[in-house]
Amino acid sequence: MPVAGELVTGLKCRLCGKLYPKEALNFCTDDFGPLEVAYDYEAVGRTFTRESIASRPKNMWRYHELLPIDGEPTVGKHVGCTPLIRADRLAKALGVAELYIKNDAVNHPSLSFKDRVVAVALSKAVELGFQTVGCASTGNLAGSVAANAAAAGLDAYVLIPDGLEQGKILGATIYGAKVIAIEGNYDHVNRLCSQIAFRYGWGFVNVNLRPFYAEGSKTMGFEIAEDLGWRAPEHVVAPMAGGSLIGKLHKAFHELDRLGLMNGPVRTKMFGAQAAGCNPISNTVKTGANKVKPVRNPDTIAKSLAIGDPADGFFASKLIRDTGGWSEDVDDEAIVEAMQLLAETEGVWAETAGGVTVAVARKLIEQGKIDRDGSTVLCITGNGLKTQEALADRLARPVVIKPTMEAFDALVESYGAFAEVGAIAAGA
Amino acid sequence: MPRVQIPTPLRAQTGGNDEVEAAGATVGEVLADLGRQHPAIRERLFDGEELRRFVNIYVNNEDIRYLEDLDTAVAATDQVSIIPAVAGG
Repeated sequence: MPVAGELVTGLKCRLCGKLYPKEALNFCTDDFGPLEVAYDYEAVGRTFTRESIASRPKNMWRYHELLPIDGEPTVGKHVGCTPLIRADRLAKALGVAELYIKNDAVNHPSLSFKDRVVAVALSKAVELGFQTVGCASTGNLAGSVAANAAAAGLDAYVLIPDGLEQGKILGATIYGAKVIAIEGNYDHVNRLCSQIAFRYGWGFVNVNLRPFYAEGSKTMGFEIAEDLGWRAPEHVVAPMAGGSLIGKLHKAFHELDRLGLMNGPVRTKMFGAQAAGCNPISNTVKTGANKVKPVRNPDTIAKSLAIGDPADGFFASKLIRDTGGWSEDVDDEAIVEAMQLLAETEGVWAETAGGVTVAVARKLIEQGKIDRDGSTVLCITGNGLKTQEALADRLARPVVIKPTMEAFDALVESYGAFAEVGAIAAGA
Repeated sequence: MPRVQIPTPLRAQTGGNDEVEAAGATVGEVLADLGRQHPAIRERLFDGEELRRFVNIYVNNEDIRYLEDLDTAVAATDQVSIIPAVAGG
């Protein structure tokens, strides 16, 4: 494999195009535009082929040439290549022909898509010489930074809003990270992290390392395309917190297309999903506004999407419009119902953000915005184990019976079921 | 006089100072005075009369978009912070 660093030409301002060296910098010092990684695609194409990719291990680093680290990865070597599930039972429930679940609820090691971005950000942090890393997080990133930093021997400061789900707090604390809860919402945490990064010079994965970090999300798109037989789906529904993921999925399909790896044209319409209690991007799309109006006090059970001032909101809303997609938002009741629907039809227990994605998909299908005959991928980005509070008192408790066959027989009879005849030979 | 916190990338324009005093009764006036003292900062913060899309301004700990934007009142003891808006989850 070539040294990927030679393929990265620098960091480029998304507004004015000014090029910066590969450093821990996330915005243009001329106009404050966000920076993103620029590649030499001609050089990438020399070694990045379907055959070379197929010959590599099943993890996200099989797409190494399009990830911005210089040498071999040192953090998160086993992340990615999560299942793309053909979801026929959910498809039937939603009334569409061809539906897939990209299931990052089982990503390694911390059960969310954030392992992808963290693998890149922390590998880059090691290359840049950081010993202390950090993040501002709504929960999933906290767990991923904590777990991956522990495995890499880095010191981690994880800043979260207070009031997060227990599963997410424990899922960061167990790894020995310094977990600091800030009184306030994510936007308060985020602003503080920007100031801390300036003062302490640590490597904050989603602040000063953000251009590198964000590229990790592309691997979700690469995997979807590869698993679909080097095809881009007609529709993708992605949850939106800061709004970065949806853009990177789209970028992934178009990078593969640019390198000549796709079968057929890429015409994917991008659909964004938010909660009604925190819908700044969805609101921008629906009103046709040019500026994203932030939500001051997000209020939703989908805490991982509760970012009132989304960093990539402008780009996400523009992308959604430009691709002919749309965005919707759903209330907490619909979120929980959709979590249950996904679990009961496909055996996938997603976190609340997954409920948002499924519920929004249902809404978009009913609105006719998603074509029932096209192929649709729903991106499930986190695991339901972490947001158990959302299901409190909603699910039936287990039935308690005495340890006797009579008690069980009576129970089965109450369910209206019948014993299978001959399953076990009499007297066996 | 209100104090303006300068983020690291703009400190080259303020002689390395991380804080600058600037006069004014509103955010707009304070930033205008800052711009008079350090002209290179003004062009980085403003596109014409509008704040650039990815520049966030806080008075003490509150984002001015939740207040009166550039018309937000600033007291002599207030701190105005310039924070790039591109961090995020």
